[in-house]
Amino acid sequence: MTPFDYRRAVDQTEALSLAAAGHCRFLGGGTNLVDLMRQNIEAPAALVDVSRLPATIDVTSEGGLIIGAAVRNSAVAAHPVVRAHYPMLSRALLAGASAQIRNMATVGGNLMQRTRCSYFYDAAGSRCNKRDPGAGCDAIDGLSRNHAILGTSEHCIATLPSDMCVALAALDAIVHLDGPMGPRSVPLLDFHQLPGTTPHIETVLRPGELITAIAISPSAAAANSRYRKVRDRSSYAFALVSVAAGLDVADGRIRDVRIALGGVAAKPWRAVQAEDVLRGEAPTRENFLRAADVELAAAKPTEANAFKIELAKRTMAAVLGDLTGAGA
Amino acid sequence: MAIAINGTDYSLPDDPRVSLLDLLRERIGLTGTKLGCNQGACGACTVILDGERVLSCLTLAVQADGRAVTTIEGLSKQGDMHPLQRAFIEHDGLQCGYCTPGQICSAVAMLGEMRRGDPSYVTADLVAGQGSTTREEIRERMSGNLCRCGAHHGIVEAIEEQLVGDAA
Repeated sequence: MTPFDYRRAVDQTEALSLAAAGHCRFLGGGTNLVDLMRQNIEAPAALVDVSRLPATIDVTSEGGLIIGAAVRNSAVAAHPVVRAHYPMLSRALLAGASAQIRNMATVGGNLMQRTRCSYFYDAAGSRCNKRDPGAGCDAIDGLSRNHAILGTSEHCIATLPSDMCVALAALDAIVHLDGPMGPRSVPLLDFHQLPGTTPHIETVLRPGELITAIAISPSAAAANSRYRKVRDRSSYAFALVSVAAGLDVADGRIRDVRIALGGVAAKPWRAVQAEDVLRGEAPTRENFLRAADVELAAAKPTEANAFKIELAKRTMAAVLGDLTGAGA
Repeated sequence: MAIAINGTDYSLPDDPRVSLLDLLRERIGLTGTKLGCNQGACGACTVILDGERVLSCLTLAVQADGRAVTTIEGLSKQGDMHPLQRAFIEHDGLQCGYCTPGQICSAVAMLGEMRRGDPSYVTADLVAGQGSTTREEIRERMSGNLCRCGAHHGIVEAIEEQLVGDAA
């Protein structure tokens, strides 16, 4: 690990002023960043520890939530309002990592976690356009079973490993930021970037900018929601495919539907096309599968991960089926 | 600027690169906590920080400033084993023993999570929280601690005995 300066901020103002000094990274729980620094993939000159900034979950008068960036993943998952009104978020968090890591990991850090592509991690022996822009990508012709099938480019096929972000994408979460140019907010769906020709640029965060909170709003679809994660072992593994979905059915027709996929792209993949197909239709398995077909039509798999297309379709239909209850 | 480890204050390392795990093992001599993968994949280094289980390999020691750490050495009182340590022996919850300190620290904190009703990924009713002490619940909640000897059955039985004791 390359030597670095360490400063702990007591509040947001101090965090921003410490970050203004130069090449630094904000440190949350450290579950990803410390590992990346140990692997010499990240080597910031300084860490500004924001893990002790106020960690509150505020409930708005409408029943929405403003979740501080320093709140631990385990605290969000266990929060009574999240469990009752945003079950897909609670379940997505509980599907991620292990209990120990959820106790450490912060909400802000979860948004910033980097891909687990093994070629990205193999600094000594592999080419990676994320690590070394322009170097090439050894994943594309390599062991790509876990890699992306949607929104890829010829420069990168890495996935975003976050479970939490998949649920937040389905919930239309808003990311609150603050930085040298002042505070702003960005829809979570616009926060992560697809690789294109610049896979090393992963988010829209500007230099020195800090994630301060995540905001979500209540809806009938959010209250009737689920998260299912398909993986090689039943716990403590990254997703092959995951689905966060919420469904609101009235008079036998779908009034509102939210679907996001994980494990398939460099960002949480909001299934906008599938939602368009389903809105106003009857909640039947045929319609769910038809919508999934439309969403996955643009998939560009490698030989090793083509199975993810069928897996994503079936998982999507299964989760939506679960949400309709026994009557569907 | 100090960390309370098993009730005794220790000063922070000067170098912020030192992990909590290395502070415990290399600088203080508390070698009960084990170094496994050193990247958050195995759980052997699990300790209890302010009551919650965490991975000491991914925690910078400086991040524990002002906080209280309990390691496997801190679980026994005046030489008396923690009930869960005894249960691990009775149920053959170990073979080589390398993952055991992490397993036990993890399980002690896990019992706290279950007592306060925190749900897990397999909890059927999220709102009500964990309602039964099924083995499926224990396995899911302990999935962050790997045992390559394969003593998981004994580990689950040892924890289950504690939960049953809770309910009685």
